Amino acid sequence: MSDVVRAPSPHDLHEVVVTVNGVTRSARVPARRLLSDLLRHDLRLTGTHVGCEHGVCGACTVLLEGEPVRSCLTFAVMVDDARITTVEGLAGPDGELGPVQRAFRECHGLQCGFCTPGFLLLTTELLARNPEPTDGEIADALGGNLCRCTGYVNIVRSVRRAAELTSEREPPS
Amino acid sequence: MTTQWFGERVERREDQRLLTGAGRFLDDAGHDALGVAFVRSPHAHARITGIDVADALDVDGLVAVYTWDDLPGRLADPLPLLIPHPDLTHPRTQHALARGEVNHVGEPVAMVVADDRYLAEDAADRIVVGYEPLPAVVGIGPARSAEHLVHADVPGNVAAVTTQELGDARAAIAAAPHVLEFDLAMERSLSSPLEGRGVHARWDADDQRLRIRTSTQTSTGVRAAVASIFGLPDVAVEVITPDVGGGFGTKVVHPYPEEVLVPWAARTLGREVKWVEDRYEHFVSATHERGQEHHVRVGFDDDGVILGLDVEFWHDTGAYTPYGIVLPIITATQLPGPYRHRHYRVTFTSLYTNTVTCTPYRGAGRPQGCFVMERTVDRIGEELGLDRAEVRRRNLIGPDEFPYDFGMVFQDGRPLIYDSGNYPAVLEGVKDLVGWDGFAAEREAAAAEGRRLGIGLACYVEGTGVGPYEGGHVHVETNGRVMVATGLTSQGQGHETVFAQIVADELGVDAADVYVTTGDTRRFPYAVGTYASRAAVMSGNAIALAARQVRAKAIRIAAEALEAAPEDLEIASGVVQVRGTPSRGIPLAQVAVLSNPLRYAFSKEAQAATQFASPPDPEVPPVPEDDEPGLEARDYYSPVRSTFAAGMHAAVVEVDPDTGEVDVLRYAVVHDCGPLINPMIVEGQIHGGVAQGVAGALYERLAYDAAGNLANASFMDFLMPYLSEVPTPEIGHLETPSPLNPLGIKGAGEAGVIPGSACLAAAIEDAAGVRIDRMPISPPELWALIGEEAGT
Repeated sequence: MSDVVRAPSPHDLHEVVVTVNGVTRSARVPARRLLSDLLRHDLRLTGTHVGCEHGVCGACTVLLEGEPVRSCLTFAVMVDDARITTVEGLAGPDGELGPVQRAFRECHGLQCGFCTPGFLLLTTELLARNPEPTDGEIADALGGNLCRCTGYVNIVRSVRRAAELTSEREPPS
Repeated sequence: MTTQWFGERVERREDQRLLTGAGRFLDDAGHDALGVAFVRSPHAHARITGIDVADALDVDGLVAVYTWDDLPGRLADPLPLLIPHPDLTHPRTQHALARGEVNHVGEPVAMVVADDRYLAEDAADRIVVGYEPLPAVVGIGPARSAEHLVHADVPGNVAAVTTQELGDARAAIAAAPHVLEFDLAMERSLSSPLEGRGVHARWDADDQRLRIRTSTQTSTGVRAAVASIFGLPDVAVEVITPDVGGGFGTKVVHPYPEEVLVPWAARTLGREVKWVEDRYEHFVSATHERGQEHHVRVGFDDDGVILGLDVEFWHDTGAYTPYGIVLPIITATQLPGPYRHRHYRVTFTSLYTNTVTCTPYRGAGRPQGCFVMERTVDRIGEELGLDRAEVRRRNLIGPDEFPYDFGMVFQDGRPLIYDSGNYPAVLEGVKDLVGWDGFAAEREAAAAEGRRLGIGLACYVEGTGVGPYEGGHVHVETNGRVMVATGLTSQGQGHETVFAQIVADELGVDAADVYVTTGDTRRFPYAVGTYASRAAVMSGNAIALAARQVRAKAIRIAAEALEAAPEDLEIASGVVQVRGTPSRGIPLAQVAVLSNPLRYAFSKEAQAATQFASPPDPEVPPVPEDDEPGLEARDYYSPVRSTFAAGMHAAVVEVDPDTGEVDVLRYAVVHDCGPLINPMIVEGQIHGGVAQGVAGALYERLAYDAAGNLANASFMDFLMPYLSEVPTPEIGHLETPSPLNPLGIKGAGEAGVIPGSACLAAAIEDAAGVRIDRMPISPPELWALIGEEAGT
């Protein structure tokens, strides 16, 4: 039997279908292709950045079914059929900045902007489940991502401001 | 009424793209480029006995493998010595790929080009390099003892020895009533921007042009080096700096080996080639800094006034010296800080080790100098039983003593003369902000609860805005947009915003109509780079001067069109108008049209500039002899010497003697960088600097083992702080203008990091009651010191 079953090769391509920011996309990738590389190089969504490729800095964070994951520690083939949100999905359809993005601009919550996509997605997820986070809850939610520019001071201010802007936009019913 | 932009908290122009994922960092383009991986040395010091690439050739998708033997012409020579100095008697720079010997873990030995990075790594894994290990020299001790040599032809591992002296320090110390002598040390760290290095190159065979995108702090530097090494005309090499994800100094080195190898491969292969550094590569091949050991002798009087200071120190320069001896020169010349010195002697030895090369990391030699000076002042206070702030006050240069000439030579080869400042006011400010005078009661109250609190203070002066020059180009387009270009680069400092603010004021336009490009040799070919807290001072002033020329030209042209006297005109909201009579005005866009006499109209507005639009003066050519077409100007700013910013940090910490843990309870900063262009951005720079200062004091160090392996070359093991480790500083500003430049500004980029270790060492010493003479300090180290103290 073994002569008819070809051993799987690392170069074999696998079809991956994902819904990114509401748009269904597909690509044929080898099994070792990282989700971060799928997004950036196959789908050309380069807003997701890669800072360490070992899951520590969090720059590559995306939302997978609404939950933050590190796309550099996730294989593309693991997310077949999944729903993903990246930084490109945070602005309105006309390009108008969303409340989290506006807050980061207003509070100078970014400098070089490389780690920013990860922080934006963590903040988006935090405010979705907890619209009025305390400083401790902000630290818990964002405390696993690295920023080398801001000293985090204005990132925390941005999250507080984003909470205000989000509640202004979506008054509690 | 005219809007004032300078000094306002203007939101950043950069943010729209960076917040939407539309930034363009190095790896965001060139998706179809070939990928590159490097085979790097696993040994700190070894002879290469052979390189076997046979196995790699079987990898599907392999395009090329290169070793030193493949490099042609000047590419086979050692890379440039960027900053020569007469005292650098034994400079050594690396080859782009190792030639027979490796001198640190991470040194590139072979370059692999393949269809993508994954495949390039597959092939790199199959390359077998034979090494004959040699004894590794790791750390300043073994380098000084010179039992083994890094470079066989560099005796004693000594790259350079330099001495500078003001007065006669040794005689002054010998005659002083009090003398102290001690050692101080600081360990290695690295810039560690979130985006590593990267290079993408394309050779256009049709145009015979090389286009390089590189994550650098100096695009013109890369261009000059590549053109020179490749023997290409400057104009055939275009270097573009994309969005850069932080630099902090390490990206000012150029050309890194990869910055010549990737363009060479692109040209050789006729394909786009891209290399993007991974995090491990950054740790072992992007430059490091900070490792220094210092011996201090200080003489002072009964009042704590410093009479003489004699410092000898040893600088770990790593394996090579591409950046010369700038770092130890900065330590030597910035060590005096804000204090009056009549007798100061400093001598340093720059030593080779088998570790990654050292070049500036934000602060650049100043954190070490500040640590030495401030620990010295603290010791004087302790010796005499005087308040540490009071000792500082007695030694500060007074506000009426500027310009203050040290009689020494600064890092730019220019005289070390402080331009302006008000140090006593900074000291009072930071004491107020941190609650210095009330702290004794606070400490006592905490002690009553069994808590150990301490307070520390550290002062610095930072030479900023060093020359030689920068330039700016300002161009008003016929649509009213103001296009601005300067050659230095940006890594997140907000240059697009602050330069737009400057131009908006000079030209009387909305900052939103000003579009700034940095670091693109196609737009501005003459530049030096972004380092030494110089961008705002250098390019800011150059752009302001260029904008003033544009303004003068706009008013001249509008005066003719409006038949008004130029001195009666102003520019407000983008309209050149008779002062106080907005109805008599002409938009800058239209002035731009008129500035360029046309034969062919391209729009209805442009018809006004065509040949039959108005009766010409038959005796004057359409472009008069001393004029040029277009509403644009280029200008340069070149200072006689640096400006000197200053500041002081103070911190209150709590030490847990059972664990050695340090908690920073308060962190206060008073900072004087002259007039603030954008206070929001300056505060952001301080926040980030303080975070790196705290990181360097409590967390970050590069842990080399004795064999020269970097044991913590990942973010798992190198403790870069997260949000939970960084205090929120309280910030106060003073704005003492510099007399040296038209805008009166000084630099702000590095200041925040400089006094971190000095300030926290003082606070920890105060809280724990143990001597802190080397930084960083970890909880186990502090715990051990506390234990030793208790045991004695």
